Amino acid sequence: MKEELIVSGRMNHLIDPQLHIWHWHIPLYLFLGGLAAGILFFAALYTILGKEKEYPTAVKIAPFITPIILVVGLMALFLDLNHKLYFWRLYTTIRLQSPMSWGAWTLMVVTPISVIWCALNIKEIFPNWKWKYEFIDELDAFFRKNLKTLSWVLLISSLILGVYTGILFSAFNARPLWNTSILGPLFLASGLSTGAAAILLMSKSHHERLAFARIDLMLIGIEMFLIIHMFMGFLASTQVHIDAASLFLGGPYTTPFWLFVVTLGLAVPALLETLELKGFKLPAMIAPILVLFGGIVFRFIIAYAGQVSRWLY
Amino acid sequence: MAVDTKKCVGCSDCVVACQTENNVPIGYCRDWVTEVTDGTYPQLEIEIRSERCNHCENAPCVRCCPTGASQFAEGGIVLVEHDRCIGCGACIASCPYDARYPHPDGYVDKCTFCIHRVDKGLKPACVSVCPTKCLYFGDLDDPNSDVSVVLKKRKWKTLIPEAGTRPQLYFLI
Repeated sequence: MKEELIVSGRMNHLIDPQLHIWHWHIPLYLFLGGLAAGILFFAALYTILGKEKEYPTAVKIAPFITPIILVVGLMALFLDLNHKLYFWRLYTTIRLQSPMSWGAWTLMVVTPISVIWCALNIKEIFPNWKWKYEFIDELDAFFRKNLKTLSWVLLISSLILGVYTGILFSAFNARPLWNTSILGPLFLASGLSTGAAAILLMSKSHHERLAFARIDLMLIGIEMFLIIHMFMGFLASTQVHIDAASLFLGGPYTTPFWLFVVTLGLAVPALLETLELKGFKLPAMIAPILVLFGGIVFRFIIAYAGQVSRWLY
Repeated sequence: MAVDTKKCVGCSDCVVACQTENNVPIGYCRDWVTEVTDGTYPQLEIEIRSERCNHCENAPCVRCCPTGASQFAEGGIVLVEHDRCIGCGACIASCPYDARYPHPDGYVDKCTFCIHRVDKGLKPACVSVCPTKCLYFGDLDDPNSDVSVVLKKRKWKTLIPEAGTRPQLYFLI
């Protein structure tokens, strides 16, 4: 049999024998960014549609966790940098060709809005809250007057944040597994689904719970559809893409992916939510917790498996 | 740059010269030697290549860099400006040749074609030490440069051109 044997003299730390430049920070951040994008998307959407009263948790309560998770995510990103003291260089340029650049700028828009959103709704948590300075009251009145505009900005920037978490990977033509444009919509759908799950966990209104169970069910359906399309695309592409797909079809990531992400993170919660919508009484926490679990495992698997997949020459 | 795979003996002199010239930290390398053996025993063929950054014309590392630290110098050499690099690793993940590495000082480092020597009219360190003279360096836009002349005379290939990066490191075969 004809064989090929490649011996390389290179042994750079974190590069060889297998790329491992990104550790837990990036997938954790992508999960938190997607989650925040999901929650803020629904808050903005129902404000624009004028349904604040119908979905109080989504619009007023759930966004309170977004500044926290965004800051934790940003700290993870910061820890991942190797040249930390130069991080401000991100904000001295806008490079449209680099998803990381416009992602950094999107975060610069989304994070302050998430704080403003909390400030506007602070009386939902502390009914007797009074701002200490008058100018904050004036700002409060200004944002309340322009709430629709603020919601539109938030709606669009949260969608960009959700898509960017996937596009960040798909911009790298060197890693065949990441190099598919399906990752953008897939990560967006997954981010919205985890956002809906977080709202489900916090909501006490039966009507709101049923509405978000329905939304989550639809998003899970979209994710399944996109995952199948992703593999169809890989299997109909070049050898390196087929090799990338085989990491999940018999390779080392088969069990974690199909068991934890697809079965426990998508199929089981979809089944539980369907039963709940049909009127069965089930412990309400299980489905959303599984969705959140599936979301985080999914990002870890894509981040790690992507670094394994490569071009061979 | 062009590498004559028929002349290269894999002595790694280019690797040592680069490490000395550029103060590459111990345990890392900007250039390296790859040996590819193929065929069926006893009909085996071996190809030896001195490899480094391909200074691609459509460089994904330059495209992915969020700060503009990875950039094209005049003449097409791909460089990293150290005090603009935040060490995010995007360029490392984007390189199909894995030619970059994270320097222990934080920034990302790679082959510069010894631009500090080239600016003075010298050849890169690896080219100037090669005992078999298998490395050819020069301006590809100049039809009389060493590299242009040898590429006209010989058959050559580039590595994974299908990755779409338009690599500028040519291997004479």
